Amino acid sequence: MCADRVSYTLDSTLETVNNAEETASRMATEAGFDEEEVMKIAMAVREAAVNAVLHGNAYDPNKKVTLAFECTAGDLVIVIRDQGKGLDASKIPDPLAPDNLMKTSGRGIFLIRSFMDVVEIHPSQTGTELKMIKHVHGKPADSKEAPQ
Amino acid sequence: MSMKSSTRQVDGVTIVDLSGRITLGEGSVVLRDTVRDLLSKGQKKILLNLGDVNYIDSSGIGELVSAFTTAKNQGGELKLLNLTKKVHDLLQITKLYTVFDVKEDEAGAVKSFNK
Repeated sequence: MCADRVSYTLDSTLETVNNAEETASRMATEAGFDEEEVMKIAMAVREAAVNAVLHGNAYDPNKKVTLAFECTAGDLVIVIRDQGKGLDASKIPDPLAPDNLMKTSGRGIFLIRSFMDVVEIHPSQTGTELKMIKHVHGKPADSKEAPQ
Repeated sequence: MSMKSSTRQVDGVTIVDLSGRITLGEGSVVLRDTVRDLLSKGQKKILLNLGDVNYIDSSGIGELVSAFTTAKNQGGELKLLNLTKKVHDLLQITKLYTVFDVKEDEAGAVKSFNK
């Protein structure tokens, strides 16, 4: 079982991306996810960290990335924030569109959405908050079993 | 674990054996430099052996696309060999699996290049 809530403040470096991925892998394992789900969660966090470090903070040494993990009864909730200009999710092109298929970038948010159960993007003038939720065993925390 | 790359020649095809992770940073740079170096030497039949690549992120996927396009634009061919399940699944969900020419056995892959 993982700790209830853990948060980190990280520099805008490539090392942060790797650290975020490793931490996510450890937290997901402690939360009880299987190997394949752990890989997906870790990859989603890696992609989110890449967005925060590169596109959000643009490697600015004066800007930080915060990463928080929260374990609830049925969910692993992960929030990552940057201090960039704010990501307008509506302007992200669909990487599966024929015209975009051979582009060399633009798949990060798509992969995050593919791997996590809930993804919320909250941009503001002070940065972007990306919230990701993975349900343990694929069930929302408040789901109820059908009566026998 | 960072990525390692080594090349060998088989019947006019350059096989690039890659191992490790193709991710933002070193892994992507190694792949990019390797393919560019081969093309600059006129070695335009390139088979990327991904059998020991256990992880790839969106930057790595972008680097594979870039390598494929760069080779094609220079009159070359770039094919993929021995995808691990993780890489296979990633190429499936990004709809790139059918874009790349993916092979499962080395001998057949070598023969498939235009002579």
